Amino acid sequence: MRRISYVDAINEALHQKLAADERVILIGQGVTSPWYVGNTTVGLADKFGSERVIDTPVSESGTTGVAIGAALAGLRPVLLFPRMDFMYYALDQIANHASNWRYMFGGQNNIPLTIWGIINRGGEQAAQHSQALQAIFAHFPGLKVVMPGNPYDAKGLLTASIEDDNPVVFIDDRWLYQNMGEVPKELYTTPIGKGAVLRTGKDITLAATSYMVTEALKAAECLERENIDVEIIDLRSIKPLDESLLFNSAKKTGRMVIVDGGWKTCGVSAEISALVAEMAFNHLRAPIIRVALPDAPAPASQILEEAYYPRADNIAEAIRESLKNYS
Amino acid sequence: MSDSKEILLKLYTDMVKIRLFEEKVAELLEKRAIKCPVHLYTGQESIAVGVCAHLKREDYVFSTHRSHGHFLAKGGGIKKLMAELYCKEEGCSKGRGGSMHLADAGMGLPGSSAIVGGTIPIAVGAALAFKTRKIDNVSVVFFGDGATNEGVFYESLNLAALMKLPVVFVCENNLYSTHMHISSCLADTHIYKKAEASGLAGIKIDGNDVLKVFKAAGEAVSAARNGKGPALIECMTYRWRGHVGPNYDIDKGLRDKKELQHWMEQCPIIKIEKILFERDYISETEKSDIHIRVDEEIEEAIKFADEARSPNPDELMVNVFKEGQL
Repeated sequence: MRRISYVDAINEALHQKLAADERVILIGQGVTSPWYVGNTTVGLADKFGSERVIDTPVSESGTTGVAIGAALAGLRPVLLFPRMDFMYYALDQIANHASNWRYMFGGQNNIPLTIWGIINRGGEQAAQHSQALQAIFAHFPGLKVVMPGNPYDAKGLLTASIEDDNPVVFIDDRWLYQNMGEVPKELYTTPIGKGAVLRTGKDITLAATSYMVTEALKAAECLERENIDVEIIDLRSIKPLDESLLFNSAKKTGRMVIVDGGWKTCGVSAEISALVAEMAFNHLRAPIIRVALPDAPAPASQILEEAYYPRADNIAEAIRESLKNYS
Repeated sequence: MSDSKEILLKLYTDMVKIRLFEEKVAELLEKRAIKCPVHLYTGQESIAVGVCAHLKREDYVFSTHRSHGHFLAKGGGIKKLMAELYCKEEGCSKGRGGSMHLADAGMGLPGSSAIVGGTIPIAVGAALAFKTRKIDNVSVVFFGDGATNEGVFYESLNLAALMKLPVVFVCENNLYSTHMHISSCLADTHIYKKAEASGLAGIKIDGNDVLKVFKAAGEAVSAARNGKGPALIECMTYRWRGHVGPNYDIDKGLRDKKELQHWMEQCPIIKIEKILFERDYISETEKSDIHIRVDEEIEEAIKFADEARSPNPDELMVNVFKEGQL
């Protein structure tokens, strides 16, 4: 099959959805400026015009409200945040309004809205240009949260988010943007709420999100040389979680390491850990281990960044730890 | 639209309906028949009615925590409204919203928010959709003077003006943001001036004069509908009751009794009644008939709400998502 980059997969999904459904619009900062959003929006403004590809000033709260209102009046907006760090400005609109709207009015109307947040970190960008906020959004009752880990799911999950009748937070990581992968030309969806087993194994389950899947795969390759057989789950959806996939794998291997690119405390890894403990306690042979960001703001210094972001080595170490002490 | 007899009588009847409804709700609150927090609209009726008289069913109205008046003026069902105040399943929001969260989607009422200023950008977004879809609907958002202290108000004015959207911002300046007088909130209390600074038309009017509201709203709605962009109307008014509940906030020492009396003399309903009598558009008997009809409608709504089903706890999770729960 054709191989394209993650960036091109996103770009293709947007081109195809805007062409297929006139209700779809793209709104947010930098949508007409390719460098701003890592070339994901190349060609959209030229093809679909400024009425459907709307570049906005830095007014995150206002723009988010605008996208919600447009969704209430018949459009299916894709709302873009080039950096998740700026989404705090939009939290009231996302958490109080988009998330609650359907329930609060007895199901009278839907908010078919894709809230696309980009994790843009590394390169000494420091604390306010680095954040991965999946845990915060997964906390709000009326939101779905998805995080692709490869080009195929980037296109499939973005398409699924746009086609969903609920607000969906679609989070991607720029560290994935140059990854290559097989991507069908035609439109398709990756179902929301379904994870994928990327590698079957019998010794331990490694559940990872987004870019951390890439590091997890590297760790598994390295451990293969030590005769450790790792099963890798790409969660793909943070909410809803694929509970049965997690349960079945935990039941099979009896061990679990969870890898997430957000903070550890009250993070996605904490939630999955609690869930697996609730569901599969009797099958576990060792404590669940979380590999996540330390509870510190992102530093600028490259040396500190290397210590801050977990990599394949840290994951491999966690796996060895899980296997070492418990039989 | 002219201020013909027919229109004036319609404005009057709608105002009376809101007034009698709200005063009945105050009684029901005192009796604890209604328990959810309620923010009464008494004294401000002319604004909702004067604006909504220009709207068609497909136009959208967004509202606030003080939303009963907007709901009724836009044509929301009175029975569904009362049942929602009782938090019943037959309420407009199925007892999940209460007084602050009213919607009647089929009547162009997509919802009201209790977060001050929260629906202002949402109304701008509905206007964006109308423009993008090339339909000549207008989006209207009501909000109080307090909301103009929120940053999103300014973002919304700018975005609406920048994109020249069919939205009308109606500020109901009732001088109080919960307990706080406007002079303690805003360095410049002329809210209409914020419009000019944001690149759209702004006007300040006597909000208790329904004919002035009707005229100003008519111009703004028609301009918006004809692609001439947004406008801000600042309507000076006063809420008779306190911020929340049936009391007057005099007891709490938050307001002066003289001030309340002054504004009660500016009653928007008495103002329009005077005009109706002066122009000989109404007789005492006709006036009394209107009140009786409205009273009957409200009593029916109370009976409906009282007898309506309560929500079923088994359905707690319904409607979190379109497909129910995940």
